[in-house]
Amino acid sequence: MEIFGVPTQALFGQLLIGLINGSFYALLSLGLAVIFGLLNIINFTHGAQYMLGAFCAYLLLEKLGLGYWWALVIAPVLVGALGIIIERTMLKQLYKLDHLYGLLLTFGLALVIQGVFRNQYGSSGQPYAIPPALAGGHNLGFMFLPTYRAWVIVASVVICFGTWFLIERTKLGSYLRAATENPELVQAFGINVPRMITLTYGFGVALAALAGVMAGPIYQVSPQMGADLIIVVFAVVVIGGMGSIMGSILTGFGLGVLEGLTKVFYPEASNTVIFIVMALVLLVKPAGLFGTQK
Amino acid sequence: MSQLKKLAAAVAVALAAGSAQAQVSGGVVKIGVLNDMSSLYADIGGPGSVVAAKMAVEDFQKSSKAGLKVEVVSADHQNKPDVGSQIARQWYDTDGVDVIVDVPTSSVALAVSQVTREKGKALLNTGAATSDLTGKACSPNTIHWLYDTWMLANGTGSAIVKTGGDTWFFLTADYAFGHALERDTEAVVIKNGGKVLGKVRHPLNAQDFSSFLLQAQASKAKVIGLANAGGDTINSIKQAAEFGIVRGGQSLAGLLVFLSDVHGLGLEKAQGLIFTETWYWDMNDASRAWTKRFIAQTNGKYPTMDQAGVYSAVLNYLKAVEGAKTDDGTKVVEQLKKTGADDPLFGKGPIREDGRKIHNAYLFEVKKPSESKGPYDYYKLRATIPADQAFRPLKEGGCPLVK
Repeated sequence: MEIFGVPTQALFGQLLIGLINGSFYALLSLGLAVIFGLLNIINFTHGAQYMLGAFCAYLLLEKLGLGYWWALVIAPVLVGALGIIIERTMLKQLYKLDHLYGLLLTFGLALVIQGVFRNQYGSSGQPYAIPPALAGGHNLGFMFLPTYRAWVIVASVVICFGTWFLIERTKLGSYLRAATENPELVQAFGINVPRMITLTYGFGVALAALAGVMAGPIYQVSPQMGADLIIVVFAVVVIGGMGSIMGSILTGFGLGVLEGLTKVFYPEASNTVIFIVMALVLLVKPAGLFGTQK
Repeated sequence: MSQLKKLAAAVAVALAAGSAQAQVSGGVVKIGVLNDMSSLYADIGGPGSVVAAKMAVEDFQKSSKAGLKVEVVSADHQNKPDVGSQIARQWYDTDGVDVIVDVPTSSVALAVSQVTREKGKALLNTGAATSDLTGKACSPNTIHWLYDTWMLANGTGSAIVKTGGDTWFFLTADYAFGHALERDTEAVVIKNGGKVLGKVRHPLNAQDFSSFLLQAQASKAKVIGLANAGGDTINSIKQAAEFGIVRGGQSLAGLLVFLSDVHGLGLEKAQGLIFTETWYWDMNDASRAWTKRFIAQTNGKYPTMDQAGVYSAVLNYLKAVEGAKTDDGTKVVEQLKKTGADDPLFGKGPIREDGRKIHNAYLFEVKKPSESKGPYDYYKLRATIPADQAFRPLKEGGCPLVK
């Protein structure tokens, strides 16, 4: 059986691949959405922080001999802590100013961090092997699915919905959301709002680093790995609706699949299709698919 | 009166000094290294090419008595033709640059070649691959120094078809370079009795290749030809291993592979790859001695063939400026075509009227991890393709300069 000249079997394979790429989009846009939704900061350093996560994993392995599973825990903590320092020392000063200042600061930081790593490690990237427990793969009949990729889908679905649950359905999440709506009032109830905001930024950054560790074995660990991805991820966040957590998760997976299909039917357009969708969505629904007009 | 005499003498001296330098514009020969300084091709040329150019200047100054003043500047063209040609224009028009070297990324190289011709300057291209630079887009101001798509296709393509890899699927970077490499390799495959079963064109700097690799896998071709370069090649090879493509019986042909790519992949993943290059650091005493000087300035990063090519191009260019007693681009290129090139890294090599520099090409295979004995000990030589067979015959390129 064929659909538009492509065998259905091959199409299933491509859909699955799209889902895998979508899980990276979802994981990264999730962190961005959390940071934007709760701090109103457009975190352009996100790509660099994702790259830092991958480099952290690489360095842990090279310098200390700590493997993938350790990196999965340590890298987000370290990079998240760095995020907290950035928030405390720099971002904090900008909350009262226009969005543009936060954007400029985070974009500048991203350039600096990427430049430092490029200077040290070059652009070809460093190899990072798939952990032995996740090596190999299964023949699904219609495609060969590497075990590691299957792990990426599962892990990212769990993390994404865990985060959504934490923010939308728990008491801690309700404090957070309340603190963004009306910080003075929440503070009056005895909740330390600035600390909560700092931790939220740290959490968003840790999500980026986690995605970086997961990406290490698939892509090269290279200084510009985040810069290449972040533009697409921003488009995902805009399409999903700035600050909408569920929106960014669903759009991330959805656009991954759409991009995967474009790679089959018209590969030349595969890196523009997301932006075409973005333009269309902005025309019809300026707040994004899941966003609400403020 | 004596005051006036002194003044006249001073003016005369100044004029004389001026006329001695008059042939060199601005009194200084300015060399512009234009390449990708920050993205997927930055390890192939990048800052290392600037180091190589400066080494060439140093070596030229040691052996020359002309006392030329030489300066090296550099810029990042970001792999964008518009950025590249805009920098070239500014360099030529206002910054007094006389020659541009390196310029990887074929689309940028074609644009800069056009600007160079307009301005009557010189372009010594070591970084770009498209054979069109000495074919239909050839120019009296451009020399294609190091390698090209015809040479790569001829070296790697025919070696693979002859050892049984007779059905191909191409993974092609979707711009001038990928198209030229795919076209030239396809011609070689068909000429040697092979067949092309399909092709897919991916955007430059694509990151994820799994979808394209799956299509290649479905084609059942024996060989998957990677008509891409740098970071794209690295990611294709890495992800092909993940999807079990080589284990499934298909083999990969890296049509353009540099030392930095093999280093980035690691021998574990790169072993057994076969490809063509024109230079490798561990070929003879001269190349090893030069490499030792080079790595002292690059934080231990070994030179790629592109960086060695930049050294060769700049050294020969300066000799030609000295020989022709001018830095006029058109005249220096004429001089280079007349004298040919000669340097410690590539030896003697003629430069044809279509702008093609001629030298040997080598078919290399990447060593197994167990065979590698030191840092960057990656290649073993499979075959030498002699200079007169390595490049496209002059008559077949369709260059209008060839009568």
